[in-house]
Amino acid sequence: MIDARGLAIGYRGGPTVLTDVTFSVMPGERVGVLGPNGGGKTTLMRALLGELESRAGTFTIEGRQGTVPQTERSRLDYPVSALDVVLMGALGRGPWWRRPGRAERALAQAALERVGLEDRARETFGELSGGQRQRVLVARALMQDADIVLFDEPFTGLDTPSAARLTALIDALAAEGRSVLVSTHDVGQARAWDHVLCLNGRMIEFGPPEHVLTETVLAETYEHAVIRIPDGWPRGVTQSAGASARA
Amino acid sequence: MLDALLEPWREPILRDALLEVVFVGLACGALGVWVVLLGRSYSAESLAHGMFPGLVVAALLGVPLVLGGAVGLIVAALAIAAGARLRSLGSNTAVAVVITSLLGIGTVFALSADSPPGLQNLLFGDVLATSPSDLALAAALAAAALIGSWLAYPYLLTYAFDPSAARSLGARPRVAEAAFALLLTAAVLVGVQALGNLLVVAALIGPAVAARTFTRRVPPLIAAASALGVACGVGGLYLSYYADVAAGAAIAGLLVTTAAIAALAKARLPTSDI
Ligand SMILES: Nc1ncnc2c1ncn2[C@@H]1O[C@H](COP(=O)(O)OP(=O)(O)O)[C@@H](O)[C@H]1O
Ligand SMILES: [Mg+2]
Repeated sequence: MIDARGLAIGYRGGPTVLTDVTFSVMPGERVGVLGPNGGGKTTLMRALLGELESRAGTFTIEGRQGTVPQTERSRLDYPVSALDVVLMGALGRGPWWRRPGRAERALAQAALERVGLEDRARETFGELSGGQRQRVLVARALMQDADIVLFDEPFTGLDTPSAARLTALIDALAAEGRSVLVSTHDVGQARAWDHVLCLNGRMIEFGPPEHVLTETVLAETYEHAVIRIPDGWPRGVTQSAGASARA
Repeated sequence: MLDALLEPWREPILRDALLEVVFVGLACGALGVWVVLLGRSYSAESLAHGMFPGLVVAALLGVPLVLGGAVGLIVAALAIAAGARLRSLGSNTAVAVVITSLLGIGTVFALSADSPPGLQNLLFGDVLATSPSDLALAAALAAAALIGSWLAYPYLLTYAFDPSAARSLGARPRVAEAAFALLLTAAVLVGVQALGNLLVVAALIGPAVAARTFTRRVPPLIAAASALGVACGVGGLYLSYYADVAAGAAIAGLLVTTAAIAALAKARLPTSDI
């Protein structure tokens, strides 16, 4: 469960980059975080993970958090296997000096199986495809038995089958009662979630997609630049090449 | 041949030196892996140089070097923090200014005419002048560095891989940073005794950089870096014995050469199978 009221977040020694964020995520809910590049989606996630301190407001987080960061932030030259990465999710279990043993390895292998990567356990993380790396990180969240899973722009750069697979995985996580937060800059995708949080340096709106995804809100979320696309859904012009290709 | 290999170790001085370079190789080799994986070569160098005046003062006062090194580090850290607050200096510049000044001050002390002999060794080290108490201290510090890094391993592995997620995974960044700094300090102190303040950086970075080119996982990387560190130390002692060069310089030369050869070999490989 996440409950944020009037959050303001900034980087150390820098200006406040995100203000007035009030929203909540209940167990089993999928919340989309929508906003242009630089809108503050990653900043919000880093604050929820405790990496950045809030400058105003309060938030309550109940439960363990798992995270699937933006792919460009993962280290591809790091000498670890997929299984090693999943085992990082076992750190919080047991006393601090205990190393993961056979039981943890079996759990990690089972987590990889759930994301369909059981035969990739020994491969080097950085040599997997972008979609596979994301699923390894989902397996790490499963290893943590995370109550909240944060996905930062997970669909950017995924091909259609990988995107479908990821959507199914997100739905399955929510069906198990986990809260899921998914950021995107693609309005089309945001329609699918239970709630949508629009950010553009501040919170523009929060609520169910049918209330939030209006032209007025989207115009504010994407400043003044909104164009029409054939199926009637307004889109920001700041969308990625991938999103345009699908349109 | 065998006789030529065994001959140096008939001398007690060289036997002590052998033990010393084994301690340095193991501790600096292992910690160097984290220096490289965390991308902290510059901080490691700053740390080694920043503790220098502290070491000199400790040697002058006759108190344990560890104490001097620790106090020197605290002073350096405070000076850097103060320097970084000056708007006109960036934090990198602050580090550079403070460290260079400290190294300069230490050198003036160490090389001044009325300082006791042996202080120069803090700059370039002297493996061939290891006292029993030096050796015991090096053994204790190396053991602390190795046991500590074994315990910290899963935390450092997680923190270096994904600093942003580290806290949520149970590897608190501040704790990981503090553990790394402590372990690195222990390893640097072992290295400083043998190789001196200027060359210890080679013992930290050289083996890890070389081992990185032919290993694919962190545990073998640590094992290989430690083994290379020990091998360069022993090789340097042979070189010093037979070619009559300064031991510290011979060891540092081998460390740098090993890293350079590994980097070149990797660059020349036709496929990416490493
Ligand atoms: N490390 C940082 N230090 C200072 N400012 C940053 C940092 N990272 C991002 N910002 C600023 O925070 C704002 C929001 O960025 P971000 O959260 O990355 O946006 P998004 O993820 O929605 O694309 C931007 O104005 C960006 O310039
Ligand atoms: Mg982002």
